[in-house]
Amino acid sequence: MGRTLYDKLWDSHVVHVEKDGTALLYIDRHLVHEVTSPQAFEGLKLAGRKPWRIGSVVATADHNTPTTGWDRGLDGIVDPISRLQVDTLTKNIKEYGAKVYFPFLDKRQGIVHVIGPEQGATLPGMTVVCGDSHTSTHGAFGCLAHGIGTSEVEHVLATQCLVTKKMKNMRVTVEGPLGRGVTAKDIVLAVIGRIGIAGGTGSAVEFAGSTIRALSMEGRMTVCNMAIEAGARAGMVAVDDTTVQYLKGRTFSPNGPEWDQAVATWKMLNSDPDAKFDIEVKLDAREIAPQITWGTSPEMVVAVEASVPDPDKEKDPIKREGMERALVYMGLKPRTPMQDILLDKVFIGSCTNSRIEDLRAAAAVAKGRKVASNIKVAMVVPGSGLVKAQAEKEGLDKVFRESGFEWREPGCSMCLAMNADRLEPGERCASTSNRNFEGRQGAGGRTHLVSPEMAAAAAIAGHFVDVRSWR
Amino acid sequence: MEKFTVLNGLVAPLDRANVDTDAIIPKQFLKSIKRSGYGPNLFDAWRYLDIGQPGMDNAKRPLNPDFVLNQARYKGAEILLARKNFGCGSSREHAPWALQQYGFKCVIAPSFGDIFYENSFKNGFLPVVLSATEVDSLFYESALPGFRLVVDLDRQTVSTADGSKSYKFDVDPSRRHSLLNGLDEIGVTLRHADEIRAFEARRRDQFPWLFR
Repeated sequence: MGRTLYDKLWDSHVVHVEKDGTALLYIDRHLVHEVTSPQAFEGLKLAGRKPWRIGSVVATADHNTPTTGWDRGLDGIVDPISRLQVDTLTKNIKEYGAKVYFPFLDKRQGIVHVIGPEQGATLPGMTVVCGDSHTSTHGAFGCLAHGIGTSEVEHVLATQCLVTKKMKNMRVTVEGPLGRGVTAKDIVLAVIGRIGIAGGTGSAVEFAGSTIRALSMEGRMTVCNMAIEAGARAGMVAVDDTTVQYLKGRTFSPNGPEWDQAVATWKMLNSDPDAKFDIEVKLDAREIAPQITWGTSPEMVVAVEASVPDPDKEKDPIKREGMERALVYMGLKPRTPMQDILLDKVFIGSCTNSRIEDLRAAAAVAKGRKVASNIKVAMVVPGSGLVKAQAEKEGLDKVFRESGFEWREPGCSMCLAMNADRLEPGERCASTSNRNFEGRQGAGGRTHLVSPEMAAAAAIAGHFVDVRSWR
Repeated sequence: MEKFTVLNGLVAPLDRANVDTDAIIPKQFLKSIKRSGYGPNLFDAWRYLDIGQPGMDNAKRPLNPDFVLNQARYKGAEILLARKNFGCGSSREHAPWALQQYGFKCVIAPSFGDIFYENSFKNGFLPVVLSATEVDSLFYESALPGFRLVVDLDRQTVSTADGSKSYKFDVDPSRRHSLLNGLDEIGVTLRHADEIRAFEARRRDQFPWLFR
């Protein structure tokens, strides 16, 4: 019987299997950031253990780093607790080493899930782990990539293996052309709206179909990034020419005769035609409109032309209660048209949508227009120093600045508000990030997840608008 | 790792679905480089009326009287009863750390977020899956003051203290074994060091570019 892409990736990394199916899975790439690693390095030290293969580690500081004040150097990190965490990573890398470390202020620093692929440090066929749930992003390259906890970070450092069990195979197939103004973000939000935030729990999800194949690598990363918001630890896309073209010439991509050898093996990273999936979901791309979340979970999502749903129409009592609580938190009334919702802030960034293509799309919408007067801050946070440099080369920073957006330094920023960028209680934000949980962007803050185009249009209008009618 | 064998504990019900790890332990507390000290900030945004920041004297902060864990009857609870998809969201292991450091030793729910479920086992904190109907009936019973449950990992049962009701739960044999014996997982894996080394050598030959 044929094997799925996930089956192939799994099979090629199993070192040892117990009777109950618990396996030791070999890890090729270990991405490390400052928030989930200090306790792991400490554990290693306390037990007197050494890292197994430090050359697998690619590290950066991204969660705590400020997006302004870089001219002040390390003192730009004003919060002493944040500073200690960033310094601790530097200290640990100095002591243990790494394949490469992009510290705060380095030109190549950025969000770990942006820089891995950008550097060619994420390659097809790899197993990739990171103490971060959005590691699923790297599955866009035909990798088995998933987020792990800090104990697992320590375990991978010490043994180069993860103790894990095989997940179910799930395939989400999206067919057909995307409409104008509809993006990868809208695809994945629509998928989550359909299957729910636990729809992929226990599964590795392969995204397939003509719509996914037509996406750029940036788009595929956006889709895989949010697999975890559907509950799936890993999302993935088969390798094709788009994957290969993206990787050619990147810093850590293979070169010379090894390149051809590598490409030949990568081309086999797809699901066999007769492969069987435990769960299949199909979507028609033509039915996907720009999406906006209205509640406090990514599954609480509607199309831009819709209104805030009415909990009274929900039959499931637990779900209804969740909706009612979300509406109170979000300060919204049922049946309010989404486009009537006024905003306070706009955030364009995060490991979901901060790559060059995202910034180009947002800039195209903003060009020649001004941010609305009710918007207190509209900020653009590039995913990495290299994305920022490329955007500046293309003049996108000027477009944003002239429109009234703030052009910031790279990092995770207001996706989770561990640095100084955050919402104040009650503030409402159109955000290109991945989570609209209570307090995610700041205690009491209200997050609506959208695509970069939709966020830019909302900044200009001051409320949500249908970007499909944007001229 | 701490052992888990049998627990007879007071039950606290948290009646909401999809409790995410941002709610369990908000991000401002993730700036710590330590493994301890998260208990006072468990469910911080729900538990207190003010906005919590690291370094605050939590004993002096105003408690939210409507939040279930602030009710006197649940003081000392060791078992958290929760709804579906508990612990969804981020990979932060600070979530099970916070629950454990608050005093919980076990959480019972119809389903869990995958990473949270995994992280819990690594800390000797037991996540138990029961059916939605079973969890429903436990929620109903937890209305009785002093409601306790006995969680027996060896027998894989959750029973009422008087033994009148008992539910079976599933857990992987390897995880069960590790928890019952409080094993150091890294130590266990390193028993396979030769296998890992051999696998790695083959992989290096086959895909040298992965090791550059």
